[in-house]
Amino acid sequence: MRILKSPLNIDFMARRKLAMTVSVALILVSIVAVILRGMNLGIDFTGGTLVEVGYQKAVELSQVRSVLAAAGFEDVTVQHFGTTKDVLVRLAASADGDEAALSNRAFSELNAAVDGSAQLRRVEFVGPQVGDELTEDGGLAMLYALIGILIYVALRFEYRFALGSIIALVHDVLITIGIFAVFQVEFDLPVLAAVLAVIGYSLNDTIVVYDRIRENFRKIRKGDAESIINASLNQTLARTLVTSLTTLLVLLSLFVFGGEIIHGFALALIIGVVVGTYSSIYVASSAVLMLGISRSDLLPEKKEGADIASDGSQV
Amino acid sequence: MNRYPLWKNLLVAAVVLIGLLYALPNLFDQDPALEISGSRRAQVDEQTEQRVRAALAEAGVAIKSMELESGKLLLRFADPGTQLLAKDSLETLLGGDYTAALTLSTDVPGWLRSLNALPMYLGLDLRGGIHVLIDVDMEAAVNQALERYSGDIRTEMRESKLRYTTLTQKDDAVVIKFKDAATRDRAVEVIESQFRNLLLESVDAEGAYLLEARMSRSEQQATRKFALDQNITTLRNRVNALGVSEPIIQQQGDRRIVVQLPGAQDPAKLKELLGATATLEYRLQDTENSVQDALDGRVPVGSKLYRTRDGEPILLKKRVIVTGNQITDASSGFDQRSNQPAVFVSLDGPGARRMRNITFENVGRPMAVVFIETRTETKLVDGKKIVRKTPVEEVISVANILEPFGSRFQTTGLDSPGEAHDLALLLRAGALAAPIDIIEERTIGPSLGQDNIDMGFRSVMIGLLLVIVFMAVYYRVFGLVADLALVLNLVLIVAVLSMLQATLTLPGIAGIVLTVGMAVDANVLIFERIREEIKLGNTPQASIHAGYEKALSTIVDANITTLIAAVVLFSFGTGPIKGFAVTLFIGILTSMFTAILGTRAVINLIYGGRRLEKLAI
Repeated sequence: MRILKSPLNIDFMARRKLAMTVSVALILVSIVAVILRGMNLGIDFTGGTLVEVGYQKAVELSQVRSVLAAAGFEDVTVQHFGTTKDVLVRLAASADGDEAALSNRAFSELNAAVDGSAQLRRVEFVGPQVGDELTEDGGLAMLYALIGILIYVALRFEYRFALGSIIALVHDVLITIGIFAVFQVEFDLPVLAAVLAVIGYSLNDTIVVYDRIRENFRKIRKGDAESIINASLNQTLARTLVTSLTTLLVLLSLFVFGGEIIHGFALALIIGVVVGTYSSIYVASSAVLMLGISRSDLLPEKKEGADIASDGSQV
Repeated sequence: MNRYPLWKNLLVAAVVLIGLLYALPNLFDQDPALEISGSRRAQVDEQTEQRVRAALAEAGVAIKSMELESGKLLLRFADPGTQLLAKDSLETLLGGDYTAALTLSTDVPGWLRSLNALPMYLGLDLRGGIHVLIDVDMEAAVNQALERYSGDIRTEMRESKLRYTTLTQKDDAVVIKFKDAATRDRAVEVIESQFRNLLLESVDAEGAYLLEARMSRSEQQATRKFALDQNITTLRNRVNALGVSEPIIQQQGDRRIVVQLPGAQDPAKLKELLGATATLEYRLQDTENSVQDALDGRVPVGSKLYRTRDGEPILLKKRVIVTGNQITDASSGFDQRSNQPAVFVSLDGPGARRMRNITFENVGRPMAVVFIETRTETKLVDGKKIVRKTPVEEVISVANILEPFGSRFQTTGLDSPGEAHDLALLLRAGALAAPIDIIEERTIGPSLGQDNIDMGFRSVMIGLLLVIVFMAVYYRVFGLVADLALVLNLVLIVAVLSMLQATLTLPGIAGIVLTVGMAVDANVLIFERIREEIKLGNTPQASIHAGYEKALSTIVDANITTLIAAVVLFSFGTGPIKGFAVTLFIGILTSMFTAILGTRAVINLIYGGRRLEKLAI
């Protein structure tokens, strides 16, 4: 079976101006959303107390709220979790600092309201200092991952490829985070892990395309950089789509069947895979083209040619 | 063409066999279980077995199976709920001489266990339990050390008959004020000879001769390290008393301790034990003076007003008989004469001597145990977090001295075996070297854990099935070979996780799902190459060869970058992220093996060494 008819000859690079406009627009929207709306951070980052209660049958949120309000809990968020039988209660930090008593009291009030038929599914308490550290460590981890990859790609390929892949990665991460900010999807620890995994996945895609570009620059003696990049993209397109498809299949399975806890995680990866596939075609490749890659940069025998890329673009 | 040498085929076959063997234990059931073991005083035997059986039958708790093996009784239950119910009813029955620990028990046969083939170690989010992250107050530890030095220096000055005007503690130094320089010089000599770790500095200020003593940097570091180690030991003792079979108490970073209790369900109880820097003091009750007078503000000299747990006021002598550090053991059980719940306490040598002297003079008088714990409160004041530590002093038991006693004695007059149990726990807990603060806590209920396992398993299976169908349709015979590799990859991931006994968490399962999706990537790369080669007009055999050859460097490059991301995730990550990183890392390595060597071996077996017209790809 074939998804694509061969021989393929799509002129990807001709549309790179349009693609770039779209990418820049998406990134701007993401940055603005993160700054203006902010992230809907989970308690892993903000600190606080969370209680998940399982009921025997479906329960109205307003009912849960009124029970908690009557017991004197202020500043409580209540939401269904997965099913209408499951309720997630987020409590503000208590004045006297005794978080254990707080979650215990909240649960026993809720349990008493349904004559003891409720089940305590989980309790999470995260102190404020842990959240602050996590934000810092998460940022650092992302930075280290980018630096490690930059070095590896620069050694294996060339610095322009390293820069191109980093541009694509930053693009993917920003847009993934941006979508979480725009739709105010909760950003917790597993989602952070997913974003870091997106870095790995998106890079995987980009490297495969770069590998082919390098190979073709060495193999095809005629044609300018643009046409060689186009040829490489066409040759790898089937693989890019098939792999993205299989990955999306398992991620959808995870999203649908993996349960509520893993939802954000699966969602971040789904967004990341879609954006990563797009960016490996348009962003990563356009970037190296604009950074002025040329055949002589990739020939092993000749060192760093001073010639300008044949389409005249130069950075 | 396209024949593998024998050794390569054997290698693949060997890896498959070992993988299957070590993945095998995961197919056996794991039951929630209770492991009952005795202490020095009590043994687990047939009689215990009968008592347990009778008690559980009475409480209406169903046991799946029960076996007595090498002095331990193992009870299995159908679900974690029954397990907890059984633990509660047995604790009252057996008292403090036995411990009933929550555990998981597998049916894995002995021959597999002797090969160290065990099921994967499930994380707390999959089996339920409590996770607590504790911050140790290192500054307080150093401060306490400085306080000890103050006391020691004071004693030393007195013994050497050196007069000083004041001795105070200022920031990180002990400041001693002298009237003249000569005394100070002599003091320097004395302190230097006695306390080699102190840095001394003489300061002259407005007619006062000051001497500042500071702890050296290495001494401070040693104090911190000691405080952390001591806290870990103390916490381990306290946690062991809770009866959890595989508690994890580990250092994390340079001032944190992680405590994980698989299967445990009562965080409040854990925190009662952990959250307090508890010390105990045995004191005599002041029965000569009126409690009412003291309540009105006329507290007699030499006495202090306390309150019991019920809030009743009580007047105690200020003089301490023994403190918690001098308690070597405490356990609960039943008094042999009255058959009432009792707590048995053992003291160390100096403690026993003091106790003997004082009880000898005070037979018939009441003695009280004061429990002093430091509670930590974090408050927001003007947007700033302010941590305040308040000591809470409570009288936890008052009992009459019936006869003089020394190193071993018992306390009766407790309301229930449960109360005896809790008091024994508190007495045994020992002192923490530095105050601690719980900064993170997660409790996962057993039902949620099982749900997570079920949902994780289901999503892996459905994801796998979708990919298998897609690959078979898209690449036909080659697709089926890739499917075989995919299944083998899953087996290998499970085998490696089982071998390493790495913790499998829900994000870890997500990592497995992700690798299932990405593992076929290597095969996709290879198969697309083969298609290209065929299109270029090469023979089928040459196309297979070239396809594998040319795709190899791409596969390695692409996977190494993902490995970098996995390593970063692992080194940065806490619990859940680590679990994800581990499975991702293992999955990438095993997928490279199965997708490159594994599929090639099978493809070679199918197509190798014969004339082919076309390939089913």
